[in-house]
Amino acid sequence: MSNFTAEDKAAITGLWAKVNVEDAGGETLGRLLVVYPWTQRFFDSFGSLSSPSAIMGNPKVKAHGVKVLTSLGEAIKNLDDLKGTFGQLSELHCDKLHVDPENFRLLGNVLVTVLAVLHGKEFTPEVQASWQKMVAGVASALGSRYH
Amino acid sequence: MSLTKTERTIIVSMWAKISTQADTIGTETLERLFLSYPQTKTYFPHFDLHPGSAQLRAHGSKVVAAVGDAVKSIDSIGAALSKLSELHAYVLRVDPVNFKLLSHCLLVTLAARFPSDFTAEAHAAWDKFLSVVSSVLTEKYR
Repeated sequence: MSNFTAEDKAAITGLWAKVNVEDAGGETLGRLLVVYPWTQRFFDSFGSLSSPSAIMGNPKVKAHGVKVLTSLGEAIKNLDDLKGTFGQLSELHCDKLHVDPENFRLLGNVLVTVLAVLHGKEFTPEVQASWQKMVAGVASALGSRYH
Repeated sequence: MSLTKTERTIIVSMWAKISTQADTIGTETLERLFLSYPQTKTYFPHFDLHPGSAQLRAHGSKVVAAVGDAVKSIDSIGAALSKLSELHAYVLRVDPVNFKLLSHCLLVTLAARFPSDFTAEAHAAWDKFLSVVSSVLTEKYR
């Protein structure tokens, strides 16, 4: 499914090297919860999610966002074997977390939007296209062991 | 799904800034669409889709102008886009899934060009607004 060309890999790894996972993680998960409020269903234990500022300032949201993006960072080192990289996480998300894989697609697109906010002009249409492949590959890999 | 007062205010005030770059925003949005989602090119076999093409620029302007019409009539988007809705239902018949793809690419374009304005709240408002526009454009499909 996701065949990354040399250009794709360069665009992905090149941009990732400039990403501050601390900042981007909180932004990404926070925006998911703000823009698509139904995704809050997985985070009852996170405390206050009552407003955009509550969500974006919530330390648990930030911490979890960092966890998610750190995992993504690992995947970026293994673009040719996303299914292998995410096998166990796929089982976890299915069997323990019961997350509808549609949420992976939503999160992927929010990440792409955050990268656009953070990198502006540098996030060219070409770079975006490589990243869309990336997030689609990750979403697919995370859904691959659902049963 | 309807827009709250706060959401409408966000959209309208951002539009004032956005409209000064309307044409290039339209072109960039379409470039992003065709590169990230090549299947969308199937609706434009009659176009030269190379970056910088006159047709791409003209069509980008059209798309953004229509979004602008929706913003100007944000309290009655259905009425404002009624003709466009019929066009999409009876003539263009673009599969509904593509409205999400175009909306996403417009959001990314806005995010890249207006990062300090594109807060989480603005992001939510725009996503919802474009979702409403998409619904209007597909409401006569069947």
